[in-house]
Amino acid sequence: MDARELYQDIILDHGRHPRNFRALDHATNLAHGHNPLCGDRVTVYLELDGDRVKDLSFDGRGCAISTASASLMTEVLKGKTLAEAEALFKGFHAEVTGKTAPALPDALADDMERLAPLEGVRAYPTRVKCATLAWHAFEAALKNGADGAAAATVKTE
Amino acid sequence: MSRAALQATAKLALDPARIKRDFPVFDNNPGLVFLDSAASAQKPAAVIDGVADFYRTDYANVHRGVYRLSARSSDRYEGARETVRRFLNAASSDEIVFVRGATEAINLVAYSWGMTFLKPGDEVLVTELEHHANIVPWQLIRERTGLKLVVAPLDASGGLDLAAFEARLSSRTKLVAVTQLANATGAMLPIEAIIRLAHKHGAKILVDGCQAAPRLPVDVQAMDCDFYVFSGHKIYGPTGIGVLYAKSAILETMPPWQGGGDMIEQVTFEKTTFQKPPHRFEAGTPDISGAIGLAIALDYVEALGRDAIAAHEEELTGYGVDKLSRLPGIRLVPAGQRRLGILSVDVQGVHPHDLATVLDQHHVAVRAGHHCAQPLMDRLGLAGTTRASLGIYNDARDIDALATALTAAQKLFA
Repeated sequence: MDARELYQDIILDHGRHPRNFRALDHATNLAHGHNPLCGDRVTVYLELDGDRVKDLSFDGRGCAISTASASLMTEVLKGKTLAEAEALFKGFHAEVTGKTAPALPDALADDMERLAPLEGVRAYPTRVKCATLAWHAFEAALKNGADGAAAATVKTE
Repeated sequence: MSRAALQATAKLALDPARIKRDFPVFDNNPGLVFLDSAASAQKPAAVIDGVADFYRTDYANVHRGVYRLSARSSDRYEGARETVRRFLNAASSDEIVFVRGATEAINLVAYSWGMTFLKPGDEVLVTELEHHANIVPWQLIRERTGLKLVVAPLDASGGLDLAAFEARLSSRTKLVAVTQLANATGAMLPIEAIIRLAHKHGAKILVDGCQAAPRLPVDVQAMDCDFYVFSGHKIYGPTGIGVLYAKSAILETMPPWQGGGDMIEQVTFEKTTFQKPPHRFEAGTPDISGAIGLAIALDYVEALGRDAIAAHEEELTGYGVDKLSRLPGIRLVPAGQRRLGILSVDVQGVHPHDLATVLDQHHVAVRAGHHCAQPLMDRLGLAGTTRASLGIYNDARDIDALATALTAAQKLFA
């Protein structure tokens, strides 16, 4: 596999210029993610309005894959209901780990399409964790509430 | 250089292309540029086949059977111990304890020697250049012994600040535990001076030789260190075997740290008496084939010549420093006044893991990350580095391939 199949333009772009890369002043939920393998750290900030993700951002340091994945995640999940976010995470997780993706509502097909460039990590088992770090932090943030003390450590996929 | 010196050099020089043919992994992975020997070295056919042959011809448990096959196996195992003794120039093979690796060796010293002799307020002095294996065991027994872990800092050049090291020594220092060659950066420590200073203050000294033993001649008597540890798999031997060397006078004072078969003299339910070192520290059936594989690896290294290996590593390190220093946007992580066998780089704007993935596409195998030396990375202000490390099978073409791949990665992420 050529490196360019993993590092597609969209990944390189989001890696260099991550979107929503900032702390949220009015975060209702946050969590820290840490990949002990490489030392990457990400903090995901959420502003929930009922069961809807009103705003979403992240900061930290990481490789191009983890940064791009976090950036794309913030774009895709903003405005979604928690149920939709959960469905997207499950679908995304299945795609990057090479498992069969669960059936998703048609309304989320475009969002899955946006995440598709990250599927290249499938061929790089050691890099899957890079792609899922921010997502795990997102899940942890939902559980944590505004108290980010409980850090989510991404586990081996 | 004089004619005689040139001839001597020619006689000494390694031929990596020929050595590569001794390592089947290169046959089975054409084009592989293996620059990760500091993590674990590849194995020559002599080791792979030697271990298999041992299982085919001489294998039985050691020190137990009265039958001839067991006696032969025991002879091979104890013969391996003698090979290690010779390799380190220890005074006696009783000073050689087989362990799983350097990590276990350091833990053995911590739990047996440290738990026995360290009292509250006693100090263990390490450096900022240590591998986690020479930090965490001391932290683990800190709570139980009340020891204080003291850290000697780097100087501005990335080497050990010897004056600051000396300033941290006192009568409270009971053990100095240092690496001879830093695994994350390749910085060589002034080990002779460190040992002299430690002893001047009455401290024992443990030397982590994981990276030095495969690259430099080692003479534990000349060094006068109290403990020396290294791992077999980093010196072209099998995984799961390593060595603790300790002076007899010290080993004899150390209690067992694991109990079981083979380490006892007599067992009753009331009282058990223990074997003398080294068997006191080898409870249960040891890694017999591992020890034999290690001995074969050490013989292989000796046959190439340890001075020749050191000269080869030195020359190739120099070539690598020169080559990589010329690449724009790439910074060699500083390694003090003397660097050997390890080239750690920081590439501007490219994360080490992205870099290592792209290098892998170019068949260049390197290590990316913190190299089990997080305190050092923190001190250097880096999340991690990309580390190329050299072995006896590497040559200038491998460095060139690394440079080409680094440049390609820079272009991709530019």
